[in-house]
Amino acid sequence: MRTLLRSLLLFAVAALLPHAASASEGAPKQLEWSFDGPFGTFDRAQLKRGFQVYKEVCAACHSLKYVHYRNLGEDGGPEFSEAEVKAIAAEATVADGPNNDGEMFERPGEPKDKIAAPFANDLAARAANNGSLPPDLSLMTKARKDGVNHLHSILTGYADPPEGVTLAEGMLYNPYFPGGQIAMPTPLSDDQVEYADGTAATADQMSRDVTAFLAWTAEPKLEHRHALGLKVMIFLVLFAGLLYASYRRVWKDLH
Amino acid sequence: MSGDSNYQPTSAPAKWLERRLPVLSFIHGSFVAFPTPKNLNYWWTFGGILMLCLMVQIITGIVLVMHFTPHVDMAFASVEHIMRDVNYGWLIRYIHANGASMFFIAVYIHMFRGLYYGSYKEPRELIWILGVAIYLLMMAAAFFGYVIVWGQMSFWGATVITNLFGAIPFIGDTLLSLLWGGVSVDNPTLVRFFSLHYLVPFLILGVVVLHIWALHVPGNNNPTGIDVKGPQDTIPFHPYYTVKDGFAAVLFIIFFAVFVFYFPNALGEPDNYIEANRLVTPEHIVPEWYLLPFYAILRSIPDKLLGVIALGLSLVVLFIIPWLDTSKVRSARFRPLYKQFFWIFAIDAVILGYVGAQPAEGMYLIVSRIATAYYFIHFFIIMPALGWLETPTKLPESISKPVLGN
Repeated sequence: MRTLLRSLLLFAVAALLPHAASASEGAPKQLEWSFDGPFGTFDRAQLKRGFQVYKEVCAACHSLKYVHYRNLGEDGGPEFSEAEVKAIAAEATVADGPNNDGEMFERPGEPKDKIAAPFANDLAARAANNGSLPPDLSLMTKARKDGVNHLHSILTGYADPPEGVTLAEGMLYNPYFPGGQIAMPTPLSDDQVEYADGTAATADQMSRDVTAFLAWTAEPKLEHRHALGLKVMIFLVLFAGLLYASYRRVWKDLH
Repeated sequence: MSGDSNYQPTSAPAKWLERRLPVLSFIHGSFVAFPTPKNLNYWWTFGGILMLCLMVQIITGIVLVMHFTPHVDMAFASVEHIMRDVNYGWLIRYIHANGASMFFIAVYIHMFRGLYYGSYKEPRELIWILGVAIYLLMMAAAFFGYVIVWGQMSFWGATVITNLFGAIPFIGDTLLSLLWGGVSVDNPTLVRFFSLHYLVPFLILGVVVLHIWALHVPGNNNPTGIDVKGPQDTIPFHPYYTVKDGFAAVLFIIFFAVFVFYFPNALGEPDNYIEANRLVTPEHIVPEWYLLPFYAILRSIPDKLLGVIALGLSLVVLFIIPWLDTSKVRSARFRPLYKQFFWIFAIDAVILGYVGAQPAEGMYLIVSRIATAYYFIHFFIIMPALGWLETPTKLPESISKPVLGN
């Protein structure tokens, strides 16, 4: 009986402190994002800056295979103009074909194309990255617990290893990464990109921007969802009110 | 199932139809005039809510299938295609994915309501048994659906769950190759699970018809658990319960919509946004929340076969509850001891669910063993014993005349 009580007590404590066990692994920094909450929207300028960071830094190793160039111009995203989307797409070279002669050929990218991947396949990516596979980033913020904060924490979390931590060859210390060792070299440093809108390109700012951009690639319909949600909620609450009034009226004469 | 129908068709087409196929008087008898106890509380609205859940899953599912590709190389990408390129695809998929959880929330409330008010007791044993059959089919449907989207947890969950069947003596290996369609979870598994995922909801619909048919023979139980004594105890289903069930259903839809629009991924595992990869095992393989209590029971036993037996028994026991409960009184309202053990059991189920999500080690393992033992003690010892040991309080004379000043 005593064991039972002790177990129940410990269970209660464990339930109240869900993060106690994992605190040593580095709970992500908690930030505020423009797209948080039921009315959250993306900050267009931030998504554009974030795309720039992706293109100039991340895209060297990471693909975005579920995103097409056309998406960059759609509502609820960075909303680049049609001309800008065409220009961005045209910077890439895309393999197409076969043509009428049966030959594969290369052409400039078009808005209908997927964002060009840095490597032809996973094996090529591993070969170029010391055996590690840089993951696709399209869904990254949904594929990790507390994904948005997690991603920003990793990008800004590189540090010197504390006493007693030995790193495997080619690995870097990052307390926010599971296991504390990450193969990705420190990705961001101050003034690595030059923002067109004059925002100071600190590593922290770039991390926030690219994280927001990747939150959009993972959930491109977020703004539609929030906007429709509000209308649906208003309708449902009114409908529930009407039904409650009907219920009271129908049941009034019953004892 | 027809109840007290005094339906008289008035229009010519209705008269024409009624003489050939009396479907209108059937509907009138079952869902309009059907005499229903006047004292049903809101816990009774979940039957209708469950019907709504089933229809939502079937309709959204049919639309999703129009855009989904059941193949290991394309399934995951086709879900992303639905999320990104199909008009309102994100909405339909989020309704379907969260709808599974909503379905289970509603079915658990519905089942616990039955347990509290003794709705499984004579003469409603078969209603309960058909309900348990629906519940098991729901688990199968949910599992198949979770696998076919081909994320990491789909693949590894499928591997863990199908391997359980391999532990069954003699037929295990055969069963396993039938489930897999090969030597491991692979494309043939995905395709057959897809086929079954489309089949099972219609099986559920069939058993639901039997469930309602069986319900309409003795009629509804009610919070007092005592039989309807006469017409003064009942009211017609329509408009009284159509409006009450409708109101409750809209409240439920609001709860549902909060998840769909504001927390669409809160009930899912992040790992399932990573495409299945047989070379990388997730750190913790956990099923969806609604299966966690049974997962905890499975893992609480160190031997694989015995674990599978315990898991099977924890489900099979539900079928025989009508005979494990020896009490003559249905409703826990008049059963002072059972009322308390009911809540202890409910807490036990929540504890099992919690430890099912934790790694099976240390304190979690100890707690899951105690909670598993209690699960079986509740059904096999407490339930039969209470019927003999407990002195129920005085029952009201009838639904219309509840005991006063008791």
